[in-house]
Amino acid sequence: MISDFNYLKPGTLKEALAMFAEHDDCKVICGGQSLLIIMRQGMIAPEYLLDIKHVKELDYIKFDKNDGLKIGATTTHRSIEKSDVVKKNYPALVAMENKLASIQVRNWGTIGGNLAHADPAGDPAPVLIALKADIKVGSAKGDRAMSLEDFFVDYFETALDKGELVLEVQVPLPEPKTGAAYQKFNLLESDMGVVAVAASVTLNGGGKCKDARIILGNAGPTPKRVKRAEELLVGKAYDEGLFAEAGKIASEDCEPVADIHASEEHRRHLLGVLTKRMLKQAWEQARG
Amino acid sequence: MDKKLLRLTVNKQEYEVYINPKALLVEVIRDYIGLTGTKRGCDTVSCGACTVMINGMSVKSCSVLAMQAEGAQITTIEGLEQNGKLAPIQKAFIDHGAYQCGFCAPGMIMSAQALLNENPHPTEWEIREGIEGNICRCTGYNSIVRAIDATAEGKYREDRS
Repeated sequence: MISDFNYLKPGTLKEALAMFAEHDDCKVICGGQSLLIIMRQGMIAPEYLLDIKHVKELDYIKFDKNDGLKIGATTTHRSIEKSDVVKKNYPALVAMENKLASIQVRNWGTIGGNLAHADPAGDPAPVLIALKADIKVGSAKGDRAMSLEDFFVDYFETALDKGELVLEVQVPLPEPKTGAAYQKFNLLESDMGVVAVAASVTLNGGGKCKDARIILGNAGPTPKRVKRAEELLVGKAYDEGLFAEAGKIASEDCEPVADIHASEEHRRHLLGVLTKRMLKQAWEQARG
Repeated sequence: MDKKLLRLTVNKQEYEVYINPKALLVEVIRDYIGLTGTKRGCDTVSCGACTVMINGMSVKSCSVLAMQAEGAQITTIEGLEQNGKLAPIQKAFIDHGAYQCGFCAPGMIMSAQALLNENPHPTEWEIREGIEGNICRCTGYNSIVRAIDATAEGKYREDRS
């Protein structure tokens, strides 16, 4: 049963930020695909609900070769999935969106809401971090940007200060010879991942690894980079043994929790296997 | 709690309702407007029985705040028939045994119709993806997929007589 709340519906971003600054016990709703569930479970019962679903200024996908991709916070998953510029320049992002929950959820749920909810099993964060994304947040006092990696603080907790909204996700244009891949392990296509791994690999002129990122999803309180495995790859040539070694490190450098879906041991195993596979896939994509 | 005025159009008919702003779209459709074709299943965005269209997009009405549908065009299962004649997709569901207990059918059909509106000639895989957000515990899905496929192939024409 959802507790009563006062409903606030701003027409513009400026109004939204002013209302958010003014009200203390206030939660933000956009698509509400996660929020309404936890409100119904009684986990939160805010006095005010600020509805930014129809703040059109934040509903956009912009792209140019210098600035890369900019996605407004209230853009739906479905718009990202169907965007031609995203398909062309960030195929890993589209592949991830395709597997995010169901069509109905993607039609209404938004990228800003997904990130602000900060569920460690959320799909977009690992892929976006692999793609070196930043996030722009803002309050009535002004805007600031940070790397998306630094945005996640703990389970369902972000670096947002009081009165701050997520405004935009910024994804740079990947360097030439870069590949990225994401896979989650789940039993039903539309489920959240039991665990997930995103990887990106950039090669140098000689075909050796110049840069790599490995991000684990649902393997701890926040999306987690496996820096020890990333460093292992730099300067090396394609080698499946190397990917297996990186997978072994990933299965060690994580803090998965056991629950009804899988034990901790099983999760570590899956993280190792997925890391190996995603690195291979990203590398082969980078090689072209 | 102050009630709020909500104006929305359901199956081309305009409604004005006074609701507690915490009301979900499925509650407004079923309890305020009285269209009980839309089913309330899991209430956690999982089962898809409550699927309706908002401005042509399929959504799960158990997890949309009704206030967010202000001014929107809602289509429910009752909105598919024309002049008392079933829509092609509904006829196909009957012919292919795609109804068993029938609880998932209103949501399943709304997802199928949304798919066909967007992609009139889906492959079998695209059909299966199109109904991924809808759970059926009776049919095993094959009869549903066949019904959608038959509709896409034009075996059921719209009867506007």
